[in-house]
Amino acid sequence: MTMATTQAHAPVSTIRASTQRPHCPSRTHSLHFASKPSNFAKFAKTSFSFEPSKIRPITTPRATPSSSPPTTFHGQCYVLGDNIDTDQIIPAEHLTLVPSKPDEYKKLGSFSFSGLPSSLYPIPFIQPGTDSTQYAIIIAGANFGCGSSREHAPVALGAAGVRAVVAESYARIFFRNSVATGEVYPLELEQEGVNKQCTTGDIVTVDLERNVFINHTKGKEFVLKPIGDAGPVIDAGGIFAYARKTGMISSVV
Amino acid sequence: MTHDVCGPGTFGIFKREFGENAKVWDREKVVIIPEHYIFTKDERANRNVDILREFCIEQNIKYFYDIKDLSNFRVNPDYKGVCHIALAQEGHCRPGEVLLGTDSHTCNAGAFGQFATGIGNTDAGFVLGTGKALLKVPPTLRFELDGEMPPYLLAKDLILHIIGEITVSGATYKSMEFVGSTVDSLNMEERMTLCNMVIEAGGKNGVVPPDETTFNYLEDKTTVKYEPLYSDANARFIADYKFDVSKLEPVVAKPHSPDNRALAREFKDVKIDRVYIGSCTGGKTEDFMAAARVFLASGKKVRVPTFLVPATQKVWIDIYSLPVPGSGGKTCSQIFEEAGCDTPASPNCGACLGGPRDTYARMNEPMVCVSTTNRNFPGRMGHKEGQIYLASPYTAAASALAGFVTDPREFLG
Repeated sequence: MTMATTQAHAPVSTIRASTQRPHCPSRTHSLHFASKPSNFAKFAKTSFSFEPSKIRPITTPRATPSSSPPTTFHGQCYVLGDNIDTDQIIPAEHLTLVPSKPDEYKKLGSFSFSGLPSSLYPIPFIQPGTDSTQYAIIIAGANFGCGSSREHAPVALGAAGVRAVVAESYARIFFRNSVATGEVYPLELEQEGVNKQCTTGDIVTVDLERNVFINHTKGKEFVLKPIGDAGPVIDAGGIFAYARKTGMISSVV
Repeated sequence: MTHDVCGPGTFGIFKREFGENAKVWDREKVVIIPEHYIFTKDERANRNVDILREFCIEQNIKYFYDIKDLSNFRVNPDYKGVCHIALAQEGHCRPGEVLLGTDSHTCNAGAFGQFATGIGNTDAGFVLGTGKALLKVPPTLRFELDGEMPPYLLAKDLILHIIGEITVSGATYKSMEFVGSTVDSLNMEERMTLCNMVIEAGGKNGVVPPDETTFNYLEDKTTVKYEPLYSDANARFIADYKFDVSKLEPVVAKPHSPDNRALAREFKDVKIDRVYIGSCTGGKTEDFMAAARVFLASGKKVRVPTFLVPATQKVWIDIYSLPVPGSGGKTCSQIFEEAGCDTPASPNCGACLGGPRDTYARMNEPMVCVSTTNRNFPGRMGHKEGQIYLASPYTAAASALAGFVTDPREFLG
């Protein structure tokens, strides 16, 4: 069922210019990921390349500078309950890792969700011995990301390979950090209890054009709330790109 | 404000976005406070403090509360301790200002009538370069607390009561304003405890209107002019809660959520393994004074290991020098020693959030702890199966004496 993809990725050396979301036809073959959303600012001044050291099931290819913001995310989902706090997302002992350092960024990813009690979540988010996840989409209940303001939380998820979180509701600092970093797309459901209708491992699609979340395994479709005020910031490519676009800060560094 | 956990990442982003040679927008408006993971052999943690120092030297940051000798905090004259209490004690919290910090408990400073909230590294990097932030004005929940504070209740009980009332998401993206005669009667440290935990209800920030208590506290701490701001008389609030404080009882937040409120007296059968008194929430001078009053009233020894972690150097000094009223001149430290508590430890965030494995008082095995800290989600103090009961310093001290979760009225009048 898993598809192995190993790709060497070119270093991204420029801050990607913002574009409007294009009307791309959604891709229909299974187990394919749309490119990672927007902000690549974090790689702008570094020069390194991704070299997956082992075969990873379902990876997301990093977008090249010329590609446009995504319209769909597709893959396996990992399902969580309510009030998943930042200590469960990334336990505090790992906060000595500095997210702006590339090797530590990757390490942070390997610890994502290591704080979940195994009695409640017996399926590991990251397979032992690996450093990234096969679950590109998180389905959660209410108040996802509550607790600390640590940006390490959305960063760890993004570093691990998560592309989008689909939750009933968010704690605001986590939501804001997700938007500011561009690490994960924080999407909100119209309906309550969707997480109870999903199972870890279900194949799902998040469609940003139609604002729907589809669980193919269960044969159900749910409405997503429009992204709202965060939309222009995410579309621009994160808070820095947005500020440059709107003239808050100069474009020349 | 930033500290050793988020500072390095913030500086990385700042340099990436504004250039290797960029300078912060105002070297006097950035306060850098190492305090999270200090007294540890963890090399990355130690390195992160070095990264703070390099940046501060390069940027000529005016307020950097450095520590170099980890073996003895007392020989580091600049070292303060827990950032939120250091900010207050050093006069950085002023009415009417906007304070952003890379820590969720930055809302602590709302006690001074300023807008104070926590942000992530990317936002902080942005602020370092521009001195600006994108902020949306939140609607306000108003909490009117009236009535005389009973002698067995502390601000921690009040905020735990409120969080239990509105839940951990009850104040999401809202401001929490605390008014009323009880609030007026609280000193600054108690007001800080109140505002400190608004984040636990999802709050964007907390506010206590500034008054004489505020101005008196600030008098010897800052010469910067400030302009107090107040809600308009006809201001609208999204919700209004009224509490008669004289009717409230000591509460705890049971595992594993700060809103899992329960009366302390109803859980006196819960055997505990340890007590932790510390953190920005419950490690201030007033918090230790409160604990000392309970030990003094009892005259007995604690039945479980009782860890004391003063928030800052100043708090540590107070514990060792201020006389506790009614004790015949004894200091908190003497009372703690007589009660059999652990020696007060080096000031820092300590085990409130677990930290590196060798952190003092970290929970490395599953056990039951009554703590004056702010969160009790699974794994918060270190071990995923640990059980944390959040409580006031009164309740924590009472529980230490009994070896069970205990209502402080067992010892106080």
